[in-house]
Amino acid sequence: MTDQEIKNKIKTEEYFVNMGPQHPAAHGVLRLLLTIDGEIIKNVEPDLGYIHRSIEKMSERDSYQQIVHLTDRMDYLSSNINNEAVCLTVEKALEIEVSDRVKVIRTIISELTRIASHCLWWGVMGMDLGALTTYFYAFRDREMINDIFEETCGARLTMNYNAPGGLMYDIHPNFVKRTKDFIKHFKTKIPEYDRLLTGNIIFQKRTKGVGVLTKEDAISYGATGPVGRGSGFSCDVRKHHIYSAYDRVDFKEALLTEGDTFARYQVRIMELWESISIIEQLIDNIPEGSVKEPTKAVIKLPKGEFYQRVETARGELGVYINSTGTKNPYRVKFRSPGFSNLSVLNHIAKGSKIADLVATMASFDFVIPDIDR
Amino acid sequence: MNFLIMNIPLNITSTIHDWIYSIMPETAASITIMVLIAVAYLALFAVAGLYLVLLERKVAAWFQLRLGPNRVGPWGLFQTIADALKLVSKELTSNDRVDKFLYNLAPYFVIVSALIAISVFPFSKQFQAFDINIGLFFLIAVSSIGVIGILVGGWASNNKFALIGAMRSGLQTISYELSVGLSILTMVLLTGTLQLSEIVEVQRTGGWLILQGHIPAIIAFCIFMIAGTAETNRAPFDLVEAESELGAGFHTEYSGMKFAYFFLAEFINMFIIASIAVVLFFGGWLSPFGITDGITWFPEVLWFLIKVLVIIFLMMWFRWTFPRLRVDQLLTLEWKYLLPLNLANLMIMAVIIWMNWTI
Amino acid sequence: MKNEDLQNIINGLGENLEFTTEESEFLNVLVPKEQLHAVCSELKSNPELKFDYAFCITGMDWGKELGVIYHLNSTEFQHEIVVKVKTEDRENPTLDSVHDIWQTAEFHELEIYDFFGIKFNNHPKLRRLFLTPDWEGYPLRKDYVDEANMIIK
Repeated sequence: MTDQEIKNKIKTEEYFVNMGPQHPAAHGVLRLLLTIDGEIIKNVEPDLGYIHRSIEKMSERDSYQQIVHLTDRMDYLSSNINNEAVCLTVEKALEIEVSDRVKVIRTIISELTRIASHCLWWGVMGMDLGALTTYFYAFRDREMINDIFEETCGARLTMNYNAPGGLMYDIHPNFVKRTKDFIKHFKTKIPEYDRLLTGNIIFQKRTKGVGVLTKEDAISYGATGPVGRGSGFSCDVRKHHIYSAYDRVDFKEALLTEGDTFARYQVRIMELWESISIIEQLIDNIPEGSVKEPTKAVIKLPKGEFYQRVETARGELGVYINSTGTKNPYRVKFRSPGFSNLSVLNHIAKGSKIADLVATMASFDFVIPDIDR
Repeated sequence: MNFLIMNIPLNITSTIHDWIYSIMPETAASITIMVLIAVAYLALFAVAGLYLVLLERKVAAWFQLRLGPNRVGPWGLFQTIADALKLVSKELTSNDRVDKFLYNLAPYFVIVSALIAISVFPFSKQFQAFDINIGLFFLIAVSSIGVIGILVGGWASNNKFALIGAMRSGLQTISYELSVGLSILTMVLLTGTLQLSEIVEVQRTGGWLILQGHIPAIIAFCIFMIAGTAETNRAPFDLVEAESELGAGFHTEYSGMKFAYFFLAEFINMFIIASIAVVLFFGGWLSPFGITDGITWFPEVLWFLIKVLVIIFLMMWFRWTFPRLRVDQLLTLEWKYLLPLNLANLMIMAVIIWMNWTI
Repeated sequence: MKNEDLQNIINGLGENLEFTTEESEFLNVLVPKEQLHAVCSELKSNPELKFDYAFCITGMDWGKELGVIYHLNSTEFQHEIVVKVKTEDRENPTLDSVHDIWQTAEFHELEIYDFFGIKFNNHPKLRRLFLTPDWEGYPLRKDYVDEANMIIK
């Protein structure tokens, strides 16, 4: 009997498994309904909404300064970048030109946020695959960044440092020195990360060739960020639609073509190096200038539609504001990177094993509040 | 039956032995002695299990740049006693569709097989409960009974996740038993005997077996460590209880004392694998280079324990460093790499012994 | 490519297309809903346009009409355009699904159905994504009233 005939004679049944909202490997409250045949996955259906807080509807009744505070809680690991997105949209609509000092500080803080987010991602990726020690090593470095933020911005997770027109207040006098110390310390840590995970043969066998995403699929599904760049889709907003101080720094876009989990992993490690290089280029010469341009207390955007995109740690975040001239927006839409990345999951998880699904999800780096808004 | 008298310094046990024989008829006395020895081993088993758990937590903390339990008692020494008390007082929950008889029976399989396996180890010259001439063979046979407990536990739980976990564990253990058995066989070629106390005697005169057998013995040791870690379902082969994948594997439905049985049995299995490695490769209770042979009051048990603890530390080091393997990679490792390597190693050892190239 | 050239090419792809660039930084095209699928396929496959990346798909309630706004970008030529489609029917709004053109639309259309109630023809499995399946009403519409959950200043 041929293989196919044997498969037809032995009847196997597909069954449903719920990787439920409370699960050690789902990065937040995500419910995946898997249809499995033995160990092979046939279908993945995500069920969202467990942390939906209707941010878009709330934005329709809030003022523009209040909307900035709502965006912190969307993708809480890149909260500074989310704030920056809304502030840039409002400044674009009001045609305010912020000073160079504001631009440079915004860029430095965004890059520090990106490093912190990637640190946490690295720790969780190791933990999902069974190397439980990486979590502690990653948090040790993340704590240093959180301390810098606490001193300057006042909070460790939801920073709210940006405001429409500039920053809330000037940086702390210790900021430059502490950032430079951190960069020096962190440059010795990334090789340690490489030794622990990247070079480990078990890790490579678990991630190479797993969860392959082709470039056409990435573009069609709108998968941006490290997910898209690992497949060869050049989508870095910092290069294509330049904002803040990214035009005065020199950095490479991390781009690989294999599209598997290991490629996405390597893209993020390369991004860590690039972020360090950006901060090094900017930290020594922060120009003088005003920290906040004067705006009215009650901000009213002119009638029209405005769109601004930024590059968070997960991909391209877009803010679309449709205003009718009043003090509240008519419609706000957040194009979240995680939402588009999640739609790829069903496509690439078909035919793989459950263990591969866990590795793939770890490399996508989902933050569910970003998807649910 | 032959019992070797446990010679704790001050000869307590021989005193007890004589005293019991003097107050009871012979059969009753021998039964009482057996019960006493069994109770002593149970106590050893419980204490060893508890303190191995604490050791694992401390070692994990050391690797992860933190402290570990240090509140309950000095250096956290009473931590697992507190945990054991908590587990004993927990409600034994289960759902109403489990197969009651099998569900309750499953933990006892793993415990009993682990206990029987401990009884044959030569902790020191006088400290061995059960010295039979097929010692190693008996050991391997008994430790494969534990698999039944896992499979029965997973099946009886009436839970998809538990069943998947139990199936994975079953096929993992059965595959790696081959490698364990073959690497042990490689060393038996050197010793020529299966009796554990004789194996240690061979090493007293000729030096540790891992040095006697040089290259094939080192290869056999590496394979034994890999296969032994897989036998006990520890990382990097712990997909059976992969927390980040499927809940808690085959012991999802167990709580309280029954869960404690599975948990302790894993640590005792680790102890057993380490003890086999020490007896076969590193000289059992002999001191290195015969340092303390002249000191008569020095308890040789201490050397045995030190060596076992070093091997256990090595196994813990594996767990906290490596990510885990996928199930098909695990099987590929065994059937395509370890098994042929083992067979080749066996041939090399046979050739070396035949040509008298041992040290 | 400049907006004028884009306008010229796209004008030939359908009838009754309305173009505007005021109140927006992009070229806006208003497409009648019957021609949506045909125009969008052309936008993707035409070798001079090649809009292969839909970076934002938004549902919208203009007060009288409901509709969808597509922000499109071409990865090769790096030009961008906004396509809008409206429907006056508020009881049973239906539009064509474009998920076979841009696969990201599959999830975005689920979101729009969930919050606005717009049904999409030819969608593989239309279901409520964020809200529970027994939720009544469509929250992001302007006439949505919910005294228990909404706090209005």
